[in-house]
Amino acid sequence: MVKINININNKAYSEEVGDNTLLVELLRDKLGLTGTHVGCDTSQCGACVIHVDGDSVKSCTVLAAQVHGKDLTTVEGLASEGQLHPIQKSFQNNHALQCGFCTPGLVMSAVDLLKKNSSPSEDEIREWFEGHICRCTGYKNIIKAVQEAITQ
Amino acid sequence: MYNFRYHKAETIETARSLIAQSDDPKILAGGHTLIPTLKQRLSQPSDIIDISSIDELKMITLGDGFVTIGALCTHSDISNSPDIKKNIKGLADLAKQIGDPQVRHKGTIGGSVANADPAADYPAAVLALDGEITTSAENHKATNFFVDMFETSLDSDEIITGIRLKIPNSSTYKKFRNPASGYAMVGVFMARYDNDVKIAVTGASSSAYRMLDVEDSLKSNFNNDIMADVDIDTTNFNDDIHASAKYRGVILKVLLEEAILELK
Ligand SMILES: Cc1cc2nc3c(=O)[nH]c(=O)nc-3n(C[C@H](O)[C@H](O)[C@H](O)COP(=O)(O)OP(=O)(O)OC[C@H]3O[C@@H](n4cnc5c(N)ncnc54)[C@H](O)[C@@H]3O)c2cc1C
Ligand code: FES
Ligand code: FES
Repeated sequence: MVKINININNKAYSEEVGDNTLLVELLRDKLGLTGTHVGCDTSQCGACVIHVDGDSVKSCTVLAAQVHGKDLTTVEGLASEGQLHPIQKSFQNNHALQCGFCTPGLVMSAVDLLKKNSSPSEDEIREWFEGHICRCTGYKNIIKAVQEAITQ
Repeated sequence: MYNFRYHKAETIETARSLIAQSDDPKILAGGHTLIPTLKQRLSQPSDIIDISSIDELKMITLGDGFVTIGALCTHSDISNSPDIKKNIKGLADLAKQIGDPQVRHKGTIGGSVANADPAADYPAAVLALDGEITTSAENHKATNFFVDMFETSLDSDEIITGIRLKIPNSSTYKKFRNPASGYAMVGVFMARYDNDVKIAVTGASSSAYRMLDVEDSLKSNFNNDIMADVDIDTTNFNDDIHASAKYRGVILKVLLEEAILELK
């Protein structure tokens, strides 16, 4: 077992984790933060994307022990005081989800994109989502949602 | 996932002694190759030595016509580095074409070079930029480093500390991505120096290699015309579900032409 101290969504956690526990397993199975999804477990689909020290990463491809001392944000940390994050709102407004399985990862990725590039072109948005798979929407409304969020 | 012992090393010295004390250790950097292979049990080490918090391996330094990139610099650090963009544009472009943004936030140049995947991008750049791989034990010339598929001249207890690259006058990376995996079906890195040209190819065969014949032709005449006389030998090219050896040969020729046109 490995002892780690981390911050998740501005709350401090001190946890004992297995040497081989994946970060996404810690979040979902131990801490009950089930907003982060596992679509593939092979680093392909992006459903598990969260932020570690401000960068979007695939939490199925990180060991929990690796994030000792780091700041994490999951999709649960986006809304504040009962208000959805602007990107969550614009996903809702633009019907950018159907089953919603891929959505938490895409939303986390989109938040990271707009933090690094406040006015991405359509091509830049599409390139940024290279590591995500959505089986329902056909992506069009996802792109629209990000574009709408830019203007807000 | 099956079990192993996890250790975090804060210094190169600690990493070395942890490696020495373990039965079958494996270094963990970005984990974006190692963790997937652990999940599939393609690799079953007894101990994982996490070097990712060794800050001295995260530096990019410039001097004497060379850039030295710390082994733990991520693909995203490299593609966004003003020093790399200014001095080796081809390398910044290469790093930006690896995987996806989340992979680039974690994956490191040291991990990619150590892994020597035949379809990885960096090996082409390291060869064409007259690279040297510096480790906890010695320096390896890139030309002797990439031995075969997933095989390098590293000893099992050696830690890559940095990659030293000679700054070219101009450079470019042309990649034909596998549409599913994003890895290079074929990738060509071309670098121009005073009276010199260096070209290396990845993805086409079991290991990245230099194209000395084309380099020679271009040295005397840096022009697309020379391609009319280039015969690509595809005997040892990869021939798999992604592309036949012959197709890879055709792609290589097109990429070479594009690179020449860009650097002309
Ligand atoms: C979805 C996806 C897409 C990808 N697409 C591409 C692509 O298009 N092009 C491409 O080139 N790569 C691609 N990759 C691979 C990616 O670039 C990896 O990050 C990289 O190959 C390995 O770097 P790492 O830091 O993650 O290494 P790790 O996974 O931590 O380690 C890989 C191997 O190198 C060894 N190692 C690591 N660091 C050192 C060191 N400093 N000294 C000695 N040995 C070391 C480890 O022991 C291990 O054997 C992709 C990966 C994924 C998951
Ligand atoms: S579950 Fe992590 S990328 Fe699919
Ligand atoms: S909304 Fe169903 S997978 Fe994207």
